[in-house]
Amino acid sequence: MKHWPLVAVLLLALFPLVAGEYFVNLASQVLIAVVFASSLNLLVGHGGMTSLGHASFLGISAYVSAWLGLKMGLGHAFTAPAALLVTTLVGMVFGWISLRATGLGFLMLTLALSQVVWGLAYRLVSVTNGDNGLSGLTRPQPFGWDLDASDNFYWFTLLVTCVAMFLMTRFIHSPFGASLRGTRDQPRRMNALGYNVWAIRWVTFVASSFFAGVAGLLYVYFNKYIHPTAMGVPVSAEALLSVIAGGAGTVYGPALGALLVVVLKNYASAYIERWNILLGLVFLFIVIFMPAGLTPALSAGVRWLRGKKQ
Amino acid sequence: MQIWAIQTLNSLALGGLLFMLSSGFALIFGLMRIANLTHGSLFMIGAYVAATVVRAGYGMMLAALAATAAVALLGGLVERLILRGLGANAQRQVLATLALSFIAADVCLVIWGGDPIPVEAPLILRAPLRMLGLAFPTYRLVVLAIAVVVALLLYLLIERTRLGAMIRAGVDDMPMARAAGIPASRLFTTVFCIGAALAGLGGTLGGPIFNAYPGLDAEMLPLALIVVILGGVGSLFGTFLASFIIGFIYTFGNFLAPDLAYVILFLPMVVVLAFRPLGLFGRSVA
Repeated sequence: MKHWPLVAVLLLALFPLVAGEYFVNLASQVLIAVVFASSLNLLVGHGGMTSLGHASFLGISAYVSAWLGLKMGLGHAFTAPAALLVTTLVGMVFGWISLRATGLGFLMLTLALSQVVWGLAYRLVSVTNGDNGLSGLTRPQPFGWDLDASDNFYWFTLLVTCVAMFLMTRFIHSPFGASLRGTRDQPRRMNALGYNVWAIRWVTFVASSFFAGVAGLLYVYFNKYIHPTAMGVPVSAEALLSVIAGGAGTVYGPALGALLVVVLKNYASAYIERWNILLGLVFLFIVIFMPAGLTPALSAGVRWLRGKKQ
Repeated sequence: MQIWAIQTLNSLALGGLLFMLSSGFALIFGLMRIANLTHGSLFMIGAYVAATVVRAGYGMMLAALAATAAVALLGGLVERLILRGLGANAQRQVLATLALSFIAADVCLVIWGGDPIPVEAPLILRAPLRMLGLAFPTYRLVVLAIAVVVALLLYLLIERTRLGAMIRAGVDDMPMARAAGIPASRLFTTVFCIGAALAGLGGTLGGPIFNAYPGLDAEMLPLALIVVILGGVGSLFGTFLASFIIGFIYTFGNFLAPDLAYVILFLPMVVVLAFRPLGLFGRSVA
């Protein structure tokens, strides 16, 4: 059982050999959503800080990469690190502002900040091209590897996802991660024990924005296009739904949640015109009936079944 | 000179509308610790209902009554049927209101379509008011006057009535207020209805200024959040002042540097948070 993540990755790597192009592209989208939801999980699940503005970081990273490539004519080897750097710097500033408050105040600040960024993407037409978005983008070609083929892009995304998930898991399981959960459950005791609660939360916020930036790069590579809606509240809400539906604070819960949300969105949009109404209803259902998420509900179900057998 | 006078009046009118929107939000937040993210939707629904009534030819007065009553009822239903069942868990309540705001946005789109619905101001208020050689749009002056009256009534309600005393007690210490026999359950629903009604009235009055259009909710909610963050929770005066500050910054920002209006909006918030994390007039609430 110890090696099952490796087995899972191997099975995932074989996916393009059995599936058609449509499903490979869908799987790439799922992987991007997994990275994004997992980055939010650092904040929501392990830090207990509910953010409604996470899409800003995805969007900022994507826009910086697109803008540097299009308007400055720079190559991907430069734009990718620059995008991550800018996203992390913005994360530092936004984290400082948002963490002036806790709880609902934090949530309102993240929401207000993300709306400001979203409004800026619409209005600052000279930079973002406004409602038309930035198009004509390219995918990188690391070491001559042609990512325009959907199979190659899937493998590339899987590789990045694995590295990101590995780093985030290390982060969570490190002593720092333990102290983070301490600040979530007992902030006053942690403070009394000499931990700098504010600094722990801020570092987590910055790390979370960095990984959201990674997801943003994959997002813009996949779509080769970026539009202000990528940083709208619905995108933040979808990620939050993934985290909460899957099980906040678990390692694979948000990944499961992201899979469900992306697949649901994909299939639902074939049948109904309005995705947001379904997103709202599913969200409402989860919040009312399954506040702890699917993973805990599933493991409770498994325990219950085992109990019955004995 | 004329253009500056108009922009000033526009700022004041926007400030008045923001006050109606934000005071309801702050009232609900202060008493029940619910960040009601449907508040932008309630504003938009108010604008749509008023637009429909005005188009049917019943006039602005009746439109305001209908929109305020409908939105108040909607707010009461949301509180009773959904938020009530989620217990005292603030996070679940916020997420539920977020989900409802998505549903509301799509339902409005289905009912009223994607095109903006213009709302005509009443005939007598359409002619500009001439004063000191300048022309002022009369409708905006009326909006400002109504906002000031609403602020006064709200002040009297909170400071001078029995209901207000119960609200103040609840804001300060809910468990103690309950123990003293204040009917918290009824109080919550009442306050939620009042807060929603204020948003509905704001939406009605905002109709002739903004038109009713999909996305009005997403436009107004962040402004309300910024007002409440700036003014501080639990202070009616703070909300009042912050509404007009944001009204001025947003209007003049849009006028002088339309590209950067959103960034300019966020600067005062950052400055205030840096020095007064609880907002200009915020008090720490237990």
